[in-house]
Amino acid sequence: MTRFLAAALALLALVGAAAAGRPVQADLEAEIVCPTCKTTLDQSSSPIATRMKAYIRVRIAAGDSATEIKAQLVEQFGPAVLAEPPKRGFDLLAWLLPLGALAIGAVVVAGLAWTWSRRRDGESAATESALDPDLERRVDEELARFDV
Amino acid sequence: MTGRAKTVGQGIAIAAVVGLLALLVWKLAFGDGQGAAGSLARGENPVAPAFTLSRLDAADGKVSLSDLKGKPVVVNFWASWCIPCKDEAPALQKTYEQYRKQGLVVLGVDAQDFRQDAKRFAKRFGITYPIVYDGSGSTLGKWGVTGFPETFFVDRNGRLVGERIQGGIDTERNRKAYAEGVRLALGEAP
Repeated sequence: MTRFLAAALALLALVGAAAAGRPVQADLEAEIVCPTCKTTLDQSSSPIATRMKAYIRVRIAAGDSATEIKAQLVEQFGPAVLAEPPKRGFDLLAWLLPLGALAIGAVVVAGLAWTWSRRRDGESAATESALDPDLERRVDEELARFDV
Repeated sequence: MTGRAKTVGQGIAIAAVVGLLALLVWKLAFGDGQGAAGSLARGENPVAPAFTLSRLDAADGKVSLSDLKGKPVVVNFWASWCIPCKDEAPALQKTYEQYRKQGLVVLGVDAQDFRQDAKRFAKRFGITYPIVYDGSGSTLGKWGVTGFPETFFVDRNGRLVGERIQGGIDTERNRKAYAEGVRLALGEAP
């Protein structure tokens, strides 16, 4: 019962913090990269990752926003500490290039689909027109036998 | 798809593959993933990779390795969270005090660390030699540093000499190579 209450309180605190716009430790740990192991903090237990988690905890308790905490970490460790590149300047390319590649891929697929469908139409038409008149007459006769 | 479009498409695909292969060959032939440490391990004496970094004790003050040209330098890469760095700190300070009059400079490069933590570390171990701060670790690749601590020796001509010391300098394994590195940096006869 005590455990259940503790879990419920922890959940309420988490929801409350998120609702109030306060940064959540787990979210920040998933958005910051450990400089030595190059994985996000939540995936690392290296000494510097442990130290950075403690730093984040202290800054949250001091009332800093997520943006402020990230800016402080970037100041110390450089922009590579962010798991997601910022959406400005040269880093914007990291966001735009995959979208561009996706758009180009869609255009290529659409173009290929259109070409193939046209070729199939052409082949069907060619098949129809290529039917021997004698054969066509015989097919008609055979089909007529099944007519009631 | 028309024949011409197909040919152009195939041409682009082949060009892309050839380009990627050329990059791979270039990287294997000329790329040095181990930085200056790799050259040193091959018996070469490369020029110590240049850097300009802010001083740990004053964010506005900068130190360039080129400023120290003409002086023997012991370059020590470290971080406050690294345990062997704590063990070797007194030995580095002792080297600085012992050879300072001969012009030797011990230069600490604190990397991938909180500046405040590094300042506390320097104070705790009574470090008086200059320390620069490289929070992002921008120098590590060029020097070929793969962990902390690592120590290099630069002679008066700005070239790396001796061995790259991986791990604490004051250990059974490294003590001899460290003394030899200091001697070579000073340009002393064996």
